[in-house]
Amino acid sequence: MQIYLPIAEMSVNVFLILGLGGGVGFMSGLFGVGGGFLMTPLLIFLGIPPAVSVGTEAAQIVASSVSGVLAHWRRGNVDIKMGLILTAGGFVGSFGGVELFKWLRSQGQVDLVIALCYVVFLGIVGGLMFVESVQSLVKSKRAAESGGDRKKLHQHTWIHGLPFKVRFRRSKLYISAILPLGLGVLVGVLAAIMGVGGGFIMVPAMIYLLGMPTSVVVGTSLFQIIFVTANSTFLHATRNFTVDIVLALLLLLGGVVGAQVGAKMSVRLKGEQLRVLLAAIVLAVCVKLGVDLISTPAEMFTLGAGGKH
Amino acid sequence: MRMLVVLFLAVAAVIPAAARAADPLVADLSKHLVAITTGFAGTDVLLFGAVDGEGEVVVVVRGPSKPEIVRRKDRQAGIWINSGSAQVEAAPSFYRVASTRPLAEIAPQAVLDRHQIGLDHLDLSIETHDSGADTATYRDALVRLKQKKGLYGEKVERIGFMSHRLFRTELHFPANVPVGTYLVEVYLMQDGDVVSAQTTPLVISKIGIGADVFDFAHQQAAAYGLIAIALAAAAGWLAAVAFKK
Repeated sequence: MQIYLPIAEMSVNVFLILGLGGGVGFMSGLFGVGGGFLMTPLLIFLGIPPAVSVGTEAAQIVASSVSGVLAHWRRGNVDIKMGLILTAGGFVGSFGGVELFKWLRSQGQVDLVIALCYVVFLGIVGGLMFVESVQSLVKSKRAAESGGDRKKLHQHTWIHGLPFKVRFRRSKLYISAILPLGLGVLVGVLAAIMGVGGGFIMVPAMIYLLGMPTSVVVGTSLFQIIFVTANSTFLHATRNFTVDIVLALLLLLGGVVGAQVGAKMSVRLKGEQLRVLLAAIVLAVCVKLGVDLISTPAEMFTLGAGGKH
Repeated sequence: MRMLVVLFLAVAAVIPAAARAADPLVADLSKHLVAITTGFAGTDVLLFGAVDGEGEVVVVVRGPSKPEIVRRKDRQAGIWINSGSAQVEAAPSFYRVASTRPLAEIAPQAVLDRHQIGLDHLDLSIETHDSGADTATYRDALVRLKQKKGLYGEKVERIGFMSHRLFRTELHFPANVPVGTYLVEVYLMQDGDVVSAQTTPLVISKIGIGADVFDFAHQQAAAYGLIAIALAAAAGWLAAVAFKK
């Protein structure tokens, strides 16, 4: 069954889009990532114009994040104070990111920068997560055998010497507010350029950089993604006219259902297992995009609309 | 569809007599408005007409012209980067040709050039900013990319003649057809030159909910953005509540 998308100005198969939303939504609920890093490339691959893919995906991430965060909220796994500071940074970052996106588009290099960002960040994040989670899987096995002893919550480094310290009760942390604020800005910029929620960077950064416990990381990440992607949805709708509400509704119809199933599944899996799985997916996307950059393209030429932008 | 057939037969009966008196070429479309609705997945428009006397018929469909940028990738430091570009001042957004015989057999190059009949005869003003490829390469790339999108015809399509007087052809418009006012040009060729021509406008426009959404998104962008966010948040919340148990 075909449906015409009014903003993308093309027709797509309804069930294909529903299935895509469902599959990516499932991962969103399972890992606490927005799913944008999978969805945006897939939409572009289907022939949706990149600008519309990015704008529409922002709206869809709002829906799947709201849906996902409620499940975590009920279990008390959202650190609101931390989430709000991250959001404040995210707002600043997404405004800057949209300006950068516009400039890159006028230079004709936005596709390259997007692909490079994906390869670099997915590679670093995926690689670190994979190594670390495999190590901790091995460790927890050994600890179970020997009985194990109480260890420190996290290591203390120069990061803990920064000023403006704030106590985050939920996260059992006492750290400088500059850290989550800066992280919010950085992820906000990247989210706007890459057309993602930024969860795949935010989640590991919260665990390894801020030292937050894994249990609150997913809920808090989803919490801040809602506000940052709502902001970028608004920016894309008003500045670029690239939010396709019909496409967004189809994606989120599949997405919200998938996210619920994913959130239920995540309770059953162990933190380390989740991280190994997410790391494997992140690395797979990274390798695919990296190969595309290096291998000789079948078509050397691309068409971009002239005149505007 | 039956109405079309009746219409076609009626025109077939009337036109030869009328055409002899006034014009050696008469043609019309089965519809002058293509409405892009929510279920739009491409459409066919029937072009039919009659000629008086000998000759070949050529039909050219042109969409509104728009500027285009074509970019060329080149390998730099191991990765493929957009390295050169060309600006096309005005390229038809849609272009298709149909003919009763191959174009080369109907008219000489100069005539085809003058009327811009056929992809090779399109007058495209291209300004290249690239030392690695020339204008001709960019021209080929533009045509190839447009063909891949189904907006330029892959080949000259056939027009069928009935009893040497009547002709008809189906003009296909794919789902991604750009909106605007199209021109359907019908030429009657004799001895390698145009003896008669007729231009019929065809409007392709968005109609219904899709059109309303498009207009709203452009005219009330802020409200549209807020509604999109509210809809998304509501859908997410609804799903979470529905799946609570």
